[in-house]
Amino acid sequence: MPADYMGWLRREGRIVIVGASLAGLRAAETLRAEGFAGELTLIGDEPYEPYDRPPLSKAVLLGMASPHHTELPHRREIDAKWRLGVAATGLDLAAKRVRLADGDEVEYDRLLIATGVRARPWFKEEEARLDGVCLLRTRDDAVDLYRRLKAGPRRVFVIGAGFAGSEVASACREMGLPVTVAERAGAPLVGALGGVIGAVASDLQLENGVDLRTHVTVTGLEGDAVGRVRAVHLSDESVVEADVVVVSLGSLRNTEWLAGSGLGAGPRGIACDAGCRAFDFRGIVTDDVFVAGDVARSPHALFGYQFLSLEHWGNAVAQAQTAAHNMICHGADRRPHLWMPAFWSSMFGVNIKSVGVPPMGEQLMITQGSPAERRFVGVYGYQGRMVAAVSFDNTRWLEFYQRQIERGAPFPVEFPTTDRRPEGRQPVDADFPDPSLPSHGPMVTLSGYSPADQQLVFHPARH
Amino acid sequence: MRLVVDLNKCQGYAQCAFLAPDVFAMHGEESLIYNPHAPEEQRERLARAVAACPVQAITADGLDSTGERHTGSAQGASDAR
Ligand SMILES: Cc1cc2nc3c(=O)[nH]c(=O)nc-3n(C[C@H](O)[C@H](O)[C@H](O)COP(=O)(O)OP(=O)(O)OC[C@H]3O[C@@H](n4cnc5c(N)ncnc54)[C@H](O)[C@@H]3O)c2cc1C
Ligand code: SF4
Repeated sequence: MPADYMGWLRREGRIVIVGASLAGLRAAETLRAEGFAGELTLIGDEPYEPYDRPPLSKAVLLGMASPHHTELPHRREIDAKWRLGVAATGLDLAAKRVRLADGDEVEYDRLLIATGVRARPWFKEEEARLDGVCLLRTRDDAVDLYRRLKAGPRRVFVIGAGFAGSEVASACREMGLPVTVAERAGAPLVGALGGVIGAVASDLQLENGVDLRTHVTVTGLEGDAVGRVRAVHLSDESVVEADVVVVSLGSLRNTEWLAGSGLGAGPRGIACDAGCRAFDFRGIVTDDVFVAGDVARSPHALFGYQFLSLEHWGNAVAQAQTAAHNMICHGADRRPHLWMPAFWSSMFGVNIKSVGVPPMGEQLMITQGSPAERRFVGVYGYQGRMVAAVSFDNTRWLEFYQRQIERGAPFPVEFPTTDRRPEGRQPVDADFPDPSLPSHGPMVTLSGYSPADQQLVFHPARH
Repeated sequence: MRLVVDLNKCQGYAQCAFLAPDVFAMHGEESLIYNPHAPEEQRERLARAVAACPVQAITADGLDSTGERHTGSAQGASDAR
């Protein structure tokens, strides 16, 4: 190793980024912006240059954007070798090599893994192959779904009322399409925001004409003679006829390609330290493999150093920037990824945002506005501290609440707020389901302290 | 031209929808939707929207008002938004 390894790495080292999407691109830009002059390779299994996913379930379905054109703008020239349309299939940590599906191998001095997640498919493979059964994660998925919705199906069926499923249902209603939504929990968004806010989301769907079925699971999809989906069977024995079925059951982390590599990678993501350095399977930190984005799982000082997995756009950007920075600097100049979790969604014309980690909250207080008016802020508390806030059409207040969370402000909330209603004076149970029984893929996974802990594996119910 | 809005930052001020109505639109009270692939003839208007956004939430090809802000070394926690 050269005496001035870092100087050498910055001048002529080789950095490989696997996963050419939001986190991969922003990391590449940061590397160049911070003076990395060596060889940069981006490997992505999709044939497209990095594009943005949030519009796929919003602007695209609403007809405001073409599904073919959501490519991300580049913040600067990155002068990279692009290997698009080819998956990484293996990693040799000792030899510092990434194996590709086409048989090639790429050597690196530092590696960034940003392979994200993919949509959890319908669990009965044969039924999943029926024509009209759709997922929504990629640009190709969006092209397909948009085409099917434009064709005017008689009814759309959405399995799972998380954010993505609810956004699809919202778009369907706006297009005037009849839509049924099935959710195992008692309401939409329960996994992410709890039952109290879920009830508000429920009312929103019902008012907008969604045929919402809660406390049910889908038991089977039925096809017709030519292999097109025609009906959905539910656990309450009802049958709903539909010609488009959108499977929106959360996600699976893209870590299979790392099996046997010795990295601490599994179904819950890739564990890393606060500086985005990946752990190996023994829980020992590596020094040349970094992780960012949806696939990462990292400890957060503000939330008891629990390992957080976040499927949030803003996290992918911030973590990529931090990982890239840390990849090319000495220990003392590294910085931790202490991003405040934040998320947005919009459905049925309502802007929903959150900061902090709502599923960590035990109790909830509506501190401003009122759920009945669909315009409010709710604050989540855990063991006497504020840990999260959610707003419906009240985004301008969130920054204030973010600062409160950063300060570890007490809960129940004591400070006076404008527009506080009598019912908002007392905390109520936030009503999250038992975390070991998620109702759909959680947007946030908390996982305790041990990076090697892989005991909590999600088993979708199959009854 | 490619563009993206950081909707965590966006506060729904609608300034962009006012200046470049063919690219940005409000959807409900405060949700913003936009076309991430603005036609070239919108460049002028888009540039104005990028400059006018009170929270600098818009990044567009060649019109970036925020790109340089991520290069400082002391950014760490202040990236938190
Ligand atoms: C429909 C939809 C709506 C969303 N809406 C919101 C929203 O409103 N707000 C919000 O905060 N977030 C939203 N998100 C989440 C947000 O898009 C993600 O957090 C973000 O895309 C994460 O970026 P990433 O780069 O970590 O992962 P990804 O975007 O998942 O990118 C990973 C890339 O790596 C590729 N890859 C995987 N395995 C391999 C391999 N072995 N070799 C090579 N390449 C590989 C994948 O194909 C993919 O292109 C939404 C996501 C979707 C799908
Ligand atoms: S001007 Fe900025 S803050 Fe206002 S709506 Fe547009 S992007 Fe959002």
